[in-house]
Amino acid sequence: MLGKLDWDAIPLHEPIALITAVTVVVVVLAVLGWITVRGHWRYLWNEWITSVDHKRLGVMYFLLGLVMLIRGFADAIMMRAHQAMAYNAPGYLEPDHYNQIFSAHGTIMIFFTAMPFMIGLMNFVMPLQIGARDVAFPTLNSVSFWLTAAGVALINVSLGVGVFSRAGWLAYPPLSELRFSPDVGVDYYLWSLQISGVGTLMTGINLVTTVLKMRAPGMRLTRMPIFCWTTLASNLLIVAAFPILTATFAMLLLDRYLGFHFFTKEAGGNPMMYVNLIWAWGHPEVYILILPAFGIFSEVISTFSGKPLFGYRSMIVATMAICVLSFMVWLHHFFTMGAGADVNAFFGIMTMIISVPTGVKVFNWLFTMYGGRVRFTSPVLWTIGFMITFVIGGMTGVLMAIPPADFVLHNSLFLVAHFHNVVIGGVVFGALAGYVFWFPKAFGFRLHEGWGKATFWFWLVGFYVAFMPLYALGLMGMTRRMQHYDVAAWQPWLVVAMFGAVLIFFGIACLVIQLVVSIRQRGRLHDTTGDPWDGRSLEWITPSPPPAFNFAVLPNVQGEEAYWGLKQGALRAGALPDLPAYEAIHLPRNSPTGFVTAFFAVVLGFAMIWHIWWLAILGLIGAFTGFVVFAWRDKEEYAVPVDEVAAHDARHRAARDVLLHSGVRA
Amino acid sequence: MLDPKGPIGVAERSILLNSLAIMLVVVVPVIVLTLAFAWWYRASNSRARYQPDWAYSGRLEFIVWAIPALIVMFLGGVAWVGSHALDPWKPIASNRPPLEVQVVSMDWKWLFLYPDIGIASVNEVVVPAGTPIHFRLTSDTVMNSFFVPQLGGQIYTMAGMESQLYLLADEPGVFAGISAQFSGAGFPDMQFRMRAVGNAEFADWSSKTRGAGETLDLAAYERLALPGVERQPRTYGAITADLFYTIVSRFTAKPEAAAGAGRDLHPTHSS
Repeated sequence: MLGKLDWDAIPLHEPIALITAVTVVVVVLAVLGWITVRGHWRYLWNEWITSVDHKRLGVMYFLLGLVMLIRGFADAIMMRAHQAMAYNAPGYLEPDHYNQIFSAHGTIMIFFTAMPFMIGLMNFVMPLQIGARDVAFPTLNSVSFWLTAAGVALINVSLGVGVFSRAGWLAYPPLSELRFSPDVGVDYYLWSLQISGVGTLMTGINLVTTVLKMRAPGMRLTRMPIFCWTTLASNLLIVAAFPILTATFAMLLLDRYLGFHFFTKEAGGNPMMYVNLIWAWGHPEVYILILPAFGIFSEVISTFSGKPLFGYRSMIVATMAICVLSFMVWLHHFFTMGAGADVNAFFGIMTMIISVPTGVKVFNWLFTMYGGRVRFTSPVLWTIGFMITFVIGGMTGVLMAIPPADFVLHNSLFLVAHFHNVVIGGVVFGALAGYVFWFPKAFGFRLHEGWGKATFWFWLVGFYVAFMPLYALGLMGMTRRMQHYDVAAWQPWLVVAMFGAVLIFFGIACLVIQLVVSIRQRGRLHDTTGDPWDGRSLEWITPSPPPAFNFAVLPNVQGEEAYWGLKQGALRAGALPDLPAYEAIHLPRNSPTGFVTAFFAVVLGFAMIWHIWWLAILGLIGAFTGFVVFAWRDKEEYAVPVDEVAAHDARHRAARDVLLHSGVRA
Repeated sequence: MLDPKGPIGVAERSILLNSLAIMLVVVVPVIVLTLAFAWWYRASNSRARYQPDWAYSGRLEFIVWAIPALIVMFLGGVAWVGSHALDPWKPIASNRPPLEVQVVSMDWKWLFLYPDIGIASVNEVVVPAGTPIHFRLTSDTVMNSFFVPQLGGQIYTMAGMESQLYLLADEPGVFAGISAQFSGAGFPDMQFRMRAVGNAEFADWSSKTRGAGETLDLAAYERLALPGVERQPRTYGAITADLFYTIVSRFTAKPEAAAGAGRDLHPTHSS
C-alpha cells in the first residue's frame, strides 16, 4: 500500500535531523496559520497563486530563491562548523549526515537558489524592457514556476521523511547507482530535479519566444538593453542544455528503477558517459546563471554612471560568443579521467578562449564608469565588488583550465574556492544587485540603503574570509568533502573559513532586516515617479508597481536606451509627449493550472520515490487532467476598459509632469 | 603540493606558478583601475570630466579584445605543451626501467600489487626513490582518484577500466596519498602512504615481504573487498597470477583502457 514508506523513514533517532525537520514543519504551519487567521487566503489565491502575470511570477521566483538561500546557507554553515572541529575528531555530524548536507547544499544552491533568483529577475524585467505586456505564454510561465516550487517541496520533504542523496550535487554513478546508494536519497534528488527541470525548460522556451516575438514597435534586437541580450543567451542555453539533463537523469532513473545498465560497468554500460553528459549540461548551466548577472551589472553600472554602456555591440558579441563556446568546454571538469593529451589540451584551450569575451566585458564595465558620474548606491557596490572578485575567480578558473595544473588542483578545496568565487562573486552579487535595483519597480518603494550597504559589506568581507583560506587549503592538498581529517596544519584555515561563513550569516541577516525595515518605512521610501534611479530602459517609463498591462500604450522605440531618449526629448520640449490614443487591453485570465499540475507533480514524485505505484498513477492522471482542463478552457482573456487605461496613465503622467517641472528630469 | 618531491610535481607546480604570474600582470591592473575609475568618477568629484555620451572607441575596443586574446594565446601554448609533456600515460625518461605497480581502489582502501615481485600491500606503497613508477590503476568499486600531492597529479580509477600514471620520487621520504574523488561513507579514511626508500632498502623490503604472511588469492581478495576502513597497512606475501586483469574484467567481458581508448588497449601482462 505504501511502498517502501514506513515509520523508519522519520529520523526519530537522529536529533539534528529531527530538530531541523520539526522546526521546518513548525515554521510552515505558523505561516499557514497566520495567513488563515488574517484571512489572506483569498487574496493569495487570486493575486498570486493563480496569477499568470510575469511580474508576480518573477517576484515569487525571487522569494523562493531567497527562502532556499537560507536553507542552503544553513547547510553551508553546518559544514564549515563541522570541518572546523573535525581535526582528528568525528565532529558533530555523522558521515551519513555530513554527506547528505554537502550534496543538498550544492543541489539547493544551484537549482533552487541561483536559478530562481535569475529566472525571477529575467521574468520580471525582460518583458518590461522590451515593451511587452507579458511573456509569450503566461500560463505556461505559471506552470514553470510551480513545477520549480514542486521540486523545492520534494527536496524539503527529504528533511523529515527518509534521507537525501549522499552522492554529491551531481550524483556520479556508480556511486549513485542502486548498488552503492540503495535508499531513497538519490531518488529524492532525481525526482525533485526532474520535475523542476521540466519547469526550467519551459521557462527557456517561453523567454526565448518572448524576446524574439514580443518586442515593442521599433525595438530591434540591436536596440534591446543588454540584460535582454543576456536573457536571450541564457534561455537559449536552457533550451539546448536542459534536455541533456533530463535525458541523463531519465537514464539513471531507468538504471535504478528498471535495472537498466546505462551507467554501470556490468552489461556494457559506462559511468564515464554520465560524467560527460552531466557536464555537457553542467557547464552551460554555469553560464545560464552568470549571463543574466552580467546583464544586471551592465544595467546597474550604466544607470548609476549616468552613461550608456561602453561598447554595447561588443557586449552583444561577447555575450553570444560565451553562449556558443559554453558548449565546448565541458571536459575541463574531468581532465583527470585520462582522456589523453590532445583532448585535454583542446578543452583547456577552449576554456581559455571563453575567458576572452568575459575579459572584454570587464573592460567594458570599466570604461562605462570612465567619464561618468558614479553614484555609490548599493547596486553599484555589488557591481564593483563583483568586478574585483570575479577577475580573481576567473583567474583561478583559467589556472585550472591548464590540464597539468588541474591534475594537482582537481577536486581540491582550491576548486571549491574557485567556483564559490565566481558563483557568489558573480551570480549572488548579481542577483542581489538586481534585487535592490528593481525592487522599487516591483513594489513602489525603495529598499533601505543603510541595511543594503551593510548586507554588501558583510557578504563581501565574509566571502573573502570564508573562501581565501580554501584556496590555501587546496594548495596544501586538502581535497573536498572530507568529513574529518588528520592534518593539523589545515585546522586554523578551516576555523578562519568558518568565521567567514559567520560574516556571510550576518550578511543574510541584514538582507532580511533590510526587507522588514523597508516594508515598515515604505511611506518614506515611496517611489512616486516610477523612475527612482534616473533609468535608461523602458521598465522605468511605467509606474511602480506597473499595472497588470505594463504599458498604457506600447512604446514606440526610436533607438538604443529607449526611455533615456524619450526623457531627453521631454526635457528639451519642456513637456511630456502628447496624449496617446488609448485602447482597451486584453490580458490573460488567471489560472490555477500551474498550481494544480505542480501539486500532482509533487504527489507523483513522492510516490515514485517511495515506490507507491497506485499513488504515482494518481499523480500522473491528476497532472494530465489539469493540463486537459486548461486546454478546454472557453475564456482565456479579459479586457481592461479604455477608461481605466486612460485614468491609470493620467495619474502616472501627472507624477512624471511634476518631476519634469521640478527641473530635474522627465 | 607546494613542496613537491618529484619531477612531475615540480613541473606541475611551475606551470601553475608561471601561469598565475602571467595572469596577475593583467588582473592586478584591472583591479586597481576598477577602484581608481570608480573613485575618480564618483558623482561628488567636480574635477572629473563628465562625458555622458561617450560609449564607443574603436581603438579601446581593439585593445580590450586584444589583451585577453594575447594572454590566452600564450597560456594556450603553455596548456598544449604542458598537456603533452605531463600526460599521465607518458613514461618518465630515466636510465632505470620503471617499477610496475598495479593499484586497485576499494571501499575504502587502496590495494597495491607488485606483479613483477609477486607481492601486494594495502594502504602503503613502498617504492625505490629515483626509479620511475608505472602505475596501472582500476577500481573495485565506485570511481576514485589516486593522488599523491607531493609527487604529482592525480588520475581517476574506474571499475572495469585501466588508467595509467607515471610518478617518481627524487628522494626517500613518506608522502601522503589520498582519494581525491568522493566515494561514500569511508571516503575521508581512504588514505595511503607512499614510502620512497633507497634501492637496497627496497630490495630488502620486497624480499622480506615475499612469502611472508597471507596469500592474496581470489578468496582473500573477496574478503578484502568488503566495505570497510583499514587502519594499519599490511602486506601479502604472494598474489594470484594476473589478479589485476581479473579485477578489471570482472565488470566486462574484455578489459578496455580508460578514457584514452585506443591507447594501450591490450596491455602486455607483465607477470
